[in-house]
Amino acid sequence: MGISIRIENLRKIYDSPPPSAARGAGFSFVSQRSAGPKEKKKKFEVVALDGISMEIRSGEIFGLLGPNGAGKSTTIGILTTRTEPSGGRAFIGEYDVWQEQVKAKRLIGVVPQRPNLDFALTAREILLFHGAYFGQGRKEREERAQKLLEQFKLTDRADHMVRGFSGGMMQRVSIARAMMHDPEVLFLDEPSAGLDPQTRLLLWEIIREYNGLGKTIVLTTHYMDEADALCQRIAIIDHGRIIAQGTPAELKSSIPGGYLLRLRFDRVPDELVAGLKELPGVTEARQKDAASLDLYADRGGPLIAGIVNAAQAAGAELHDVHIAEPSLENLFLHHTGRSLRD
Amino acid sequence: MNWKTFYALLSRDGHVARRNLLPMLLQNLLQPLLLTFVFGRVLTTGGMMKGSFKDVLLPGVMAISMVLSGVQGVAMPLITEFQFTREIEDRLLAPIANGWLAVEKIVAGMIQAMVAGLVVIPAAWLTMGSGVHMSFHQPVEFLVVALLVALFASAGGLALGCSVGQTQIGLMFSLVLAPMMMFGCAYYPWSLLAAFPVLQYAVLVNPLVYASEGLRGALAPQVPHIALWIVTAALAAIDLVLIVVGLQKFHKKAVS
Repeated sequence: MGISIRIENLRKIYDSPPPSAARGAGFSFVSQRSAGPKEKKKKFEVVALDGISMEIRSGEIFGLLGPNGAGKSTTIGILTTRTEPSGGRAFIGEYDVWQEQVKAKRLIGVVPQRPNLDFALTAREILLFHGAYFGQGRKEREERAQKLLEQFKLTDRADHMVRGFSGGMMQRVSIARAMMHDPEVLFLDEPSAGLDPQTRLLLWEIIREYNGLGKTIVLTTHYMDEADALCQRIAIIDHGRIIAQGTPAELKSSIPGGYLLRLRFDRVPDELVAGLKELPGVTEARQKDAASLDLYADRGGPLIAGIVNAAQAAGAELHDVHIAEPSLENLFLHHTGRSLRD
Repeated sequence: MNWKTFYALLSRDGHVARRNLLPMLLQNLLQPLLLTFVFGRVLTTGGMMKGSFKDVLLPGVMAISMVLSGVQGVAMPLITEFQFTREIEDRLLAPIANGWLAVEKIVAGMIQAMVAGLVVIPAAWLTMGSGVHMSFHQPVEFLVVALLVALFASAGGLALGCSVGQTQIGLMFSLVLAPMMMFGCAYYPWSLLAAFPVLQYAVLVNPLVYASEGLRGALAPQVPHIALWIVTAALAAIDLVLIVVGLQKFHKKAVS
């Protein structure tokens, strides 16, 4: 059975600083309103989500992409029953997450932004008790815990208190814990923040594998390459709103002239520039210096033949071509005028 | 209600408590026992206090131990678990309504308080030596009072633990627990305060007064004490208020 997720016009306004500093959920002061200019003490009010609607299909890896404070963690918080929505509704499968919390909680596993492991327990105990909370029998949870400890390469430290674990190890225990009760939907909030490249690849592998079992996966990230490599569909969030949604390829091709071709010739005569501008799909040809030129176009490779012909016709010789594919980074820039990491 | 999950949450707390048994016992029992030794043994044997003071002291020390261990057993872990690391999140995601987690904390705290109370009776008795006159002729009354005291301690721990931040723990002890212990009629019967009429009625807001007086009435009825039915009614009312306040505060802490 696959579980889909539906979000309808979800809003969240914090009227006190959210305790989510713990979850590292930076939030931006989208609009700070006070009831009136005469009011003495300004009321704390932060709009974290400003009417988000979307649908996450069953069995897909869905990415929420956006800068810090965009509303990603708040969305995850609401979907995982940890944050009360100020308006709108969210459904995990058929269950309204706020109205039917217990039923929703049975379906989900959550990997928080920062490990929130039970420091009074060892790694194995964390998994065993987690299994027990979800009603697993002793034999079942012991077997499953052992399997996960092996899969996450934690066996040699399994019976140590997690207090002394490194960040990467804690993260692995967190993920193992979230998968312990075999949830239909797995939420990962910034799963690879602070992980070394090797662990990150292991994580991607595990996520893909789990998705292969038909599970729905929702992750937040501000790494473009992660969203691109892992997610089947993406929503880009900024300032509590969804600014674009679709598959990575769809999103990238939605930018006009998304491809950038950096060309180097022996020389760039004027007729060459004119010739290049006339090639199909080219939106702009910008000469950089005497020998190089940037071409913005809606396609990459298919233009090469035309470029070579234009160069020959103008008596120039093509020395080098570099094609930069449309990136989500460019997309974000296109929609917001800001870079993702700002 | 999901009993399997509730039981698993309770066994998690039991597991952690067992692991920390020795430091926990030392933390909650050493101070009352030292006090018992000084006041109940040294001063009585030396003749500065009457021997009958032992009967006044023992129920009071039991009340203090129960309250301290219940409050600490619930409040301290909660303060840590709701802090920065949000260790409690794992249990908030367990398939059970959040309120039941708070109820589980109360039950776990009650068990700790009962254990502390039952351990402190023989320990204090041994510390004070001969001449202690305890009566166990009212087991039902004793059990009812002890359970109400345990409930007060752990529901109070829940309310405190959800209102106090980590940086205010020291303040909680010096502002809440210390005056409560001194004016809780643990070291003297309430009737002795007759010489301070204002104080005598002011201390009635202190739940520990009913705990000490109730245990005194149940264990050492020869010592003057507030009538058991008043104590029971007062403790029940206090417990109810603390449970409601504790659950509300817990809910506020649990959800953002």
